[in-house]
Amino acid sequence: MTGTVINIDRVVKRFGTFTALHEVSLDIAENEFFTLLGPSGCGKTTLLRCIAGFEPVSGGQIRLHGEDIAPLPPFKRPVNTVFQHYALFPHMTVLENVMFGLQRLGWSVVDAEGRAKQALELVHLSQFLKRRPGQLSGGQQQRVALARALAPEPKVLLLDEPLSALDLKLRQAVRMELKQIQRETGIAFVFVTHDQEEALTMSDRIAVMSDGHVQQIGAPREIYEAPANRFVADFIGETNLIEVPVLGISDGMAEVSLPGGRALRCPTPLSRAVGQGVLSLRPERIDLCPASEADLTVIATDQVYLGTDIQLKAQLAGGQEMTVRLQNAEATRLPERGTEVGLKLEAGAARLLSA
Amino acid sequence: MAAMAPGGASSSEIYKGNASRLLLPTWVVIGVFLLVPVALMATYSFLTKEFRGGVIWEFSLAAYDQFFLDRGLFGDEPPRIEWTFITIFWRSIWQAGLATLLCLLIGFPTAWFIATREARMRTVWLLIVTVPYWVNLLIRTVSMKFLIRDEGPLNAMLLWSGLIDQPLGLINTNLAVQLGLFYSYLPFMVLPIYAAVERYDFALSEAAADLYAGRWTTLRLVILPVVKPGLIAGCILVFVPSLGAFLAPDLLGGAKSFMIGSLIEEQFKGAAGNWPFGAAAAMILMSIVMVVLLVYARSQTREAKA
Repeated sequence: MTGTVINIDRVVKRFGTFTALHEVSLDIAENEFFTLLGPSGCGKTTLLRCIAGFEPVSGGQIRLHGEDIAPLPPFKRPVNTVFQHYALFPHMTVLENVMFGLQRLGWSVVDAEGRAKQALELVHLSQFLKRRPGQLSGGQQQRVALARALAPEPKVLLLDEPLSALDLKLRQAVRMELKQIQRETGIAFVFVTHDQEEALTMSDRIAVMSDGHVQQIGAPREIYEAPANRFVADFIGETNLIEVPVLGISDGMAEVSLPGGRALRCPTPLSRAVGQGVLSLRPERIDLCPASEADLTVIATDQVYLGTDIQLKAQLAGGQEMTVRLQNAEATRLPERGTEVGLKLEAGAARLLSA
Repeated sequence: MAAMAPGGASSSEIYKGNASRLLLPTWVVIGVFLLVPVALMATYSFLTKEFRGGVIWEFSLAAYDQFFLDRGLFGDEPPRIEWTFITIFWRSIWQAGLATLLCLLIGFPTAWFIATREARMRTVWLLIVTVPYWVNLLIRTVSMKFLIRDEGPLNAMLLWSGLIDQPLGLINTNLAVQLGLFYSYLPFMVLPIYAAVERYDFALSEAAADLYAGRWTTLRLVILPVVKPGLIAGCILVFVPSLGAFLAPDLLGGAKSFMIGSLIEEQFKGAAGNWPFGAAAAMILMSIVMVVLLVYARSQTREAKA
């Protein structure tokens, strides 16, 4: 692990009586693609704006290489931002836009032009130097914004949902490119998004946020496969959440009683025994099986054809809805609506979380 | 799409076809109220004056000659440059220019302030700025005369407070005219700038700050260039009517603050008038305004190309 670039230490942000960030603490490492992920209103953009300096913090410290930058105005922070709607200067050419930051830092015109051209080459826009932003497509504008923010070689690059204004196909292409540029430049990226797919595909680490709290920080795989709590399990990917009685917990494993009476051992982040817990069951790790081997017995209620997958909707005896994802193989036999179906929980399907 | 444009005609063709007929009233108005009057004025400026007002239909350059050249009392001396009217024009231009500058300096912060309030309050502030201007300009100018004259409330208050021991003697000065012009046309500066600032994307200011620009640099390199169309519109809307104003110089100014508007007005008033000379003065005024606007338009297209 390389050193820490940004250390966010118990940062609080209040807007009037509303608290947007509750003592948020996290570290961002050098060379890292770090994502702030959460639903709208979770505080991810506020945190980004606090790092950039657009919002003064109400409490706590933001350290950049150990130095507290929280009291500094944005124009004195060696971080740059790619804005959601790009915020390109409409009266300047592409080249002038990219040169802007360098010239403010005191670079000569010749040097600034050289660096700006390099940055534009990095985003494959060298042919549009003399155009104005209004003459470019959304995707091209997005690249200019990226080049403009990268040109001064910031310690950290902040990206505020930069892909949200692009259409789906373009978004998928740009994802890979962004990741590649991050690797090439070695600059730490802090990327804000509400799109979990974006977060999972691009990030080295993800901080999942909700209601101004960090819920979990970890690698994409960790976040998906070992969610720390109910919110993370529900927000990342699909899951079935079923309330179950807990029989015992020891060494990170829990023993619970499934609806229908079977006992199940599964991993858990909980350390102390609780009477009742929530079992998270990933739909793609559940399979159909004969009734005799079944962990759970459900009634099939509906099916949704998704192309690569088929989604089976079912109901537990207690009336609770469940979703199962089956691969759309030729041999896949789907149960008739209204029939009883046995479900087998595969390894890694279940995780016990606090209720 | 086919349902919207039957017969395979593109929608733009349909709209163009209708437009030529629907635009007829516009052309009539432009013709009757704009082109014909200007043509009439141009014609009159080249006619011979009738002594009791009006014109004799006889071609003459006398009006322009009178404006620019001094041939002595009896018209028999070698021509010298006539400074009287050029001086009046020059005074008008700097008075109007100064009024424009003052309106800009006060109007920009005012417009900025209003445009950055929350939506509901913006309407209130705009109303506060514009309501005084629902009162007739003549009444407002006369009121200002009463306010600033030596026996008026402004001097009375200053005398009473002991700040001065003599009335300021504001009335009948260039300064009084300036005050009148500034006050008359301030909203014409505030409103277009407000419209431009309201559309301004504040993320641009954040982007500038993010790219190491301080407040003044941001104002100079980002905000002002982006809202420039509003600033230009405001300046034109203040400068042009100020240049031709006659109420403020008439009511607030003295003999030494005479402006083009009053000069032209006199030529058409009563028996002492000289219609061709008034028309010529108006034509010269219009030419100055047009040259200024053309120079500006040229600089804009050059900038856009670069």
